[in-house]
Amino acid sequence: MAENGIRKIATRESYGNTLKELAAEYPQLVVLDADLAAATKTSIFRKAYPDRHIDCGIAEANMMGVAAGLSLTGMIPFVSSFAMFAAGRAFEQVRNSIGYPHLNVKIGATHAGITVGEDGASHQCNEDIALMRTIPGMVVMCPSDDVEARAAVRAAVEYNGPVYIRFGRAAVPVINDRPDYHFEIGKGAVVKEGTDVTIVATGICVDSALGAAELLEAEGIHAEVVNICTIKPLDEEIILNSVKKTGKAVTVEEHSVIGGLGSAVCDCLCAKYPAPVKKLGMQDVFGESGSAAELVHKYGLDAEGVYKSVKEFL
Amino acid sequence: MTKGNPYHGTERVKLVANLTNSPWTKRKIRGMIPTGCCLVAGYAPGSPETEEKMTNLELKKHANDVRKGIIEGVHSAKAGHPGGSLSAADVFTFLYFEEMNIDPENPQMEDRDRFVLSKGHTAPGLYAALANRGFFPVEDLVTLRKLGSYLQGHPNLHIPGVDMASGSLGQGISAAAGMALGAKMQNRTYRVYTLLGDGEIEEGQVWEAAMFAGFRRLDNLCVIVDNNNLQIDGPIDHVCSPYPIDKKFEAFNFHVINVDAHDFDALRAAFSEARRTKGMPTCIVAHSLKGKGVSYMENSVDWHGKAPNDEEFAVAMADLDRTERELAKEVEG
Repeated sequence: MAENGIRKIATRESYGNTLKELAAEYPQLVVLDADLAAATKTSIFRKAYPDRHIDCGIAEANMMGVAAGLSLTGMIPFVSSFAMFAAGRAFEQVRNSIGYPHLNVKIGATHAGITVGEDGASHQCNEDIALMRTIPGMVVMCPSDDVEARAAVRAAVEYNGPVYIRFGRAAVPVINDRPDYHFEIGKGAVVKEGTDVTIVATGICVDSALGAAELLEAEGIHAEVVNICTIKPLDEEIILNSVKKTGKAVTVEEHSVIGGLGSAVCDCLCAKYPAPVKKLGMQDVFGESGSAAELVHKYGLDAEGVYKSVKEFL
Repeated sequence: MTKGNPYHGTERVKLVANLTNSPWTKRKIRGMIPTGCCLVAGYAPGSPETEEKMTNLELKKHANDVRKGIIEGVHSAKAGHPGGSLSAADVFTFLYFEEMNIDPENPQMEDRDRFVLSKGHTAPGLYAALANRGFFPVEDLVTLRKLGSYLQGHPNLHIPGVDMASGSLGQGISAAAGMALGAKMQNRTYRVYTLLGDGEIEEGQVWEAAMFAGFRRLDNLCVIVDNNNLQIDGPIDHVCSPYPIDKKFEAFNFHVINVDAHDFDALRAAFSEARRTKGMPTCIVAHSLKGKGVSYMENSVDWHGKAPNDEEFAVAMADLDRTERELAKEVEG
């Protein structure tokens, strides 16, 4: 899909496409879903490899345990559902059946955050990053676009251990399509340099942060934008280096400001380089029905909203 | 993963030296060589073709040793779950000494049969069976639940012979179903066993897993329900009755066998029938006595999750010593 010449694709679609690409290379890769294959896009994999796609029905708790068991037989299961059910409903199964034994299970959670849109608050998971990052040994990633999502899925299959990857429902612009793009678990990237303020963003909010930085630049405010795809383990070095230069940070995420990227950044700065931080995200409220674009605007997570918040902060 | 057994060595000796505080154990340390590994020449565990089976008398002796291990461990820990460990002691013994294809010297053997203790709080029973089968020394059982011991309150993957971490009820059966499916997808012939409590099956996840296993016709999966009729808050049919257990599993497309959990002939017949059952998983409903083998613990919910004090410990061990003497007489007789 293209809008104003910019290619747009939902990261859930990147997920389904990449699973299919990796299947030939990794014969032990299997995909589990809970009656949402069409929505999570694991249907792309299922069409090509029906024998390696296990639909567990609407039973996420069991699905997590089945994935744990499969991994103990040497397979690499990717478990999919909406973030609400993968991280929320099945939290304790992820914690005790996957996290505690540190099994090689990958959780691909789609429909995260408010950009779920019209389905409303019951399906808009703004808590998954917080939940998953409390589990010892769990890698937590939140890719910002198609390029990063594909790289994250590949990195996850190459990594031995539990991984949670967060994908979105809505089509988002491709922002990382450049020849020198490099992805590594646990490494962030400075996507725009600046000296006045550090904007740390994850997922689809990286695009908003870049847009906000452009608006600020027009007013002579030089914002540095750091893209954090891996929220755990956090690339503390890149955040510390940037904040030592700018003296302050704004965090942006399509997630609660409690326990997510903002909290992770604060944990790091409190301990190693205390500096003022403003956390943008869902301010301890549930979402609501509406289009993704309307919701992102209403909750101040589009470029304009981030721009305004940064200005206030400065 | 390492092929060898890290708990056979000097590190273990140090651990035991640090942690053993039971006077009983100091008095009576059993041999370093695990018992029961090669009692029958040419015996191949789990092989239906094997003519020679372990005799019921030998199994009873092992089960009594397992029960002693449970009591020693829980007494030393001053905590743990003796009641459900004792009710399942004969099932543990039958699985580890006769039914399952396993190798204590190679706990990670690729085509071994798998066991998941879904009712993970009865870890003392599993540990006592593993130790007596030779996966790690029986003297280590008294380190149960102690800081620094590998014998954690509930099973985890750092314990030789343990195939899945468990303890949060309802989860083990899903992992077992996943292992059974993995075996099928990779054309492996090993079987997967999982033991559930009758209270545990009140967890909804158990029925998600049962639906999955029945629908996928996982005939390499054998679910055992330890039906001792008691859970922490009382008799299971007073708390939130899961009865009829057999009819429920039948409705989920399982082949169901009701069996006396303390009768080795019955257990042998049931597990053999399970192995021969094709196209559907088997559920063995094992009718058991909670606290079996220790007079004052039998059929008493009080001993679900409580350790005996020193006097109670002495009585329990006297009960089991008496059983041991009776079994010895049977051998002579």
